[in-house]
Amino acid sequence: MVFGKLFQGLKKTREKLASGLSRLFGGGRKLDRAFLDELEEILYTSDLGPTGSKVVEELEQAWKRREVEATEDVPAFLRARLLARLDGCEGKLARAPSGPTVILVVGVNGSGKTTSIAKLAHHLKSQGHSVLLGAGDTFRAAAVEQLALWADRLGIGIIRQATGADPAAVAFDACSAALSRKVDFLILDTAGRLHTQRNLMDELGKVVRVVQKQIPDAPHEVLQVLDGTTGQNAIRQAKEFAAVAGVTGLILAKMDGTAKGGAVFGIRESLSIPVKWIGVGEGLSDLEPFRAEPFVDAILTFGEGSASTSA
Amino acid sequence: MFDSLTGALDKAYRSIVGQKVLTEKNVEDGIQSVREALLEADVNFGVARDFLARVKERALGQEVLKAVDPGQQFVKVFHDALTELLGSEKRGLPVADQGPLVLMMAGLQGAGKTTTCAKLALWLKEKRKKNPLLVAADLQRPAAVEQLQTLGRQLGIAVHAEGTDQSPPQVCQRGIELAKRNRHDVVILDTAGRLHIDDALMTELQMVHSLCQPHGVLLVCDSMLGQDAVQSAKEFDSRLPIHGVILTKTDGDARGGAALSVKAVTGKPILFVGTGEKPDELEEFDPPRMAGRILGMGDVVSLVEKAQEVIDEKQAEREAKKLLKGQFDFEDFLKQLNMIRKLGPLKKVLGMLPGMGQALKEVDLDDRRFKRVEAMIQSMTVAERRNPDLIDIQRRRRIAAGSGNPLQGVHDLVKQFKTMQKMMSKLGKGGLGDLQGLMGGGGAGGFPGMPGGMGQMPGGMPSPRGGGRRGGGNSAFQDFLRGRGR
Repeated sequence: MVFGKLFQGLKKTREKLASGLSRLFGGGRKLDRAFLDELEEILYTSDLGPTGSKVVEELEQAWKRREVEATEDVPAFLRARLLARLDGCEGKLARAPSGPTVILVVGVNGSGKTTSIAKLAHHLKSQGHSVLLGAGDTFRAAAVEQLALWADRLGIGIIRQATGADPAAVAFDACSAALSRKVDFLILDTAGRLHTQRNLMDELGKVVRVVQKQIPDAPHEVLQVLDGTTGQNAIRQAKEFAAVAGVTGLILAKMDGTAKGGAVFGIRESLSIPVKWIGVGEGLSDLEPFRAEPFVDAILTFGEGSASTSA
Repeated sequence: MFDSLTGALDKAYRSIVGQKVLTEKNVEDGIQSVREALLEADVNFGVARDFLARVKERALGQEVLKAVDPGQQFVKVFHDALTELLGSEKRGLPVADQGPLVLMMAGLQGAGKTTTCAKLALWLKEKRKKNPLLVAADLQRPAAVEQLQTLGRQLGIAVHAEGTDQSPPQVCQRGIELAKRNRHDVVILDTAGRLHIDDALMTELQMVHSLCQPHGVLLVCDSMLGQDAVQSAKEFDSRLPIHGVILTKTDGDARGGAALSVKAVTGKPILFVGTGEKPDELEEFDPPRMAGRILGMGDVVSLVEKAQEVIDEKQAEREAKKLLKGQFDFEDFLKQLNMIRKLGPLKKVLGMLPGMGQALKEVDLDDRRFKRVEAMIQSMTVAERRNPDLIDIQRRRRIAAGSGNPLQGVHDLVKQFKTMQKMMSKLGKGGLGDLQGLMGGGGAGGFPGMPGGMGQMPGGMPSPRGGGRRGGGNSAFQDFLRGRGR
């Protein structure tokens, strides 16, 4: 259903790309060097970066070994190779053995953290869990208010301090409150920070340590929100956040545009961080557990009449 | 932002330098490594392809002069092509014939519109002595209005805001009327972020545009955008007449793909770049300078401008004299440290020096070292600061304890300081000749025909290629920065 939206949003690109891909896959073209180059270009425009080149290389090898001979076999080959790379990506959340499960949400500025938190809270609440929010973005003007408005709309609790307060102090308060209120989930917001800003990354490390002091096995999930339109820089971002905060999964946001989010392949491959959730719209229910198959199909968008389109 | 590209160009240059002529083969090799760098930097595929085809054609074509070294010719061809790609001249904001100048912001969610509105207003207020009014017309995102109001309050800039139940076009219109009444000479309209394929919201933007008739629409664009950057910029441009682009978050380590693609695809130049979190971290974008920076030629002009802004010239001159006489003490040292820190993060500042961008790439410069040094000097008595010879072991222990540093740290500081003092007084006696030796003496190389001719740089500057890396006598300084020096 929500993945239907993913396709809907991608309609324009799909039309554009599908014409490119279906021309490539169908139309009686021969599998040759020119074909491979064109394919690499199309994959590249989905932000697959080096992964695109690698997959095409694999295809070339298979072609030379005569495992793939006709262009009609190419889509299935690509699909399998891309799916294999996303193996283990799924929308499951780790749970605390007892007490509140703490989810820390991190990411660069403008990636969509606050909105994703609201959606995640909505999802958990609709499954009957009690949720508490911690307004840890004390840096950006009115970020606390933004999260408070969401908490209000969702009818859930929020722990907040004034803008400019120490985010570690907010985290401390939020953990105490989560323990005493015995909530199922605590979702902690953090200020957006560029992964190159050392002092802000250190501050994030401190938040993690404060949480650990209160609840030893927390945070149970550290989710990095990644803007789906981000290019190859996404990999550097993930690397830095993983080093400081121990990222356990990605929320791929803003996937209702024309972006394909291909950068997650590089992240999965080099850092083995899985994609767990995907955001495909502005509505509260537009966050869904990630599933690799429709995601890969959206990237390959084979166009009408192809076996793999599931939308 | 362009480190990896600079590195690839350097590699390309090296593969060609020493060759007698530019041939199909060596040009192709050079281009291949640049191609990879461009693609890894998220440069739009089509843009990269056209760009490289142009470089190749020119490198092999008529434009090459026989008299010059092929490597330098290659770099020159690149420089010209890059400048064209980025737009050959700086473009400013539009001008209003009468009444207030109305600027409208547009962009995807999370691009940084609201922050950029405030930065631009501050820039206009400080640098152009304008009296701007911000209009909060992002009624979509929760608390976006509060965000703009808070920023306005912090920066002393007026904000027009209404309830979120109003319609954005009307809010903008009333904002402009208010600006006319209150004699604001610039109005900046903050709009909600939207996806370029969201028809309803794009139509709303067009309504704001037709109702308010802004003098210019500014597209706010995240520098970390991937291949989709071009797609969305094109879509916005087809709906609204975009005047120019503001590129945000360039202080990250994105490799500048969006910056290199956006002008080529939309024909709209980049006007400003956001370079940090603070409200005053917005800079005018200057294509030729940026092209120079990408090629590792540094950006001395920007550095000097920046320095002029924060440094008191007379004071600096007094200190320089003192320095050269060898009468330089810890108090002067502290003052200078603070002056450098005012320029911004050290890596950013040094990166503007020719050749340094590459040299610094692997160096982990830590501004906190400054703080540690500062703490040590502040733990000294005035007498100690003026006469470092006084600082014996007992005093060193006290300074270490007082500043929370290991004793070795104080040893290093005093030792480095004395070396520097000696060097400087030698310099004062020997004049500029020694300075050249000190800086590594790479000033001989220059690219003929380059704008701003590196060949005309004062002798001491390291040449764009190699000089900074070979690093001769300035190793004491480099060691200090790297935290070695023991």
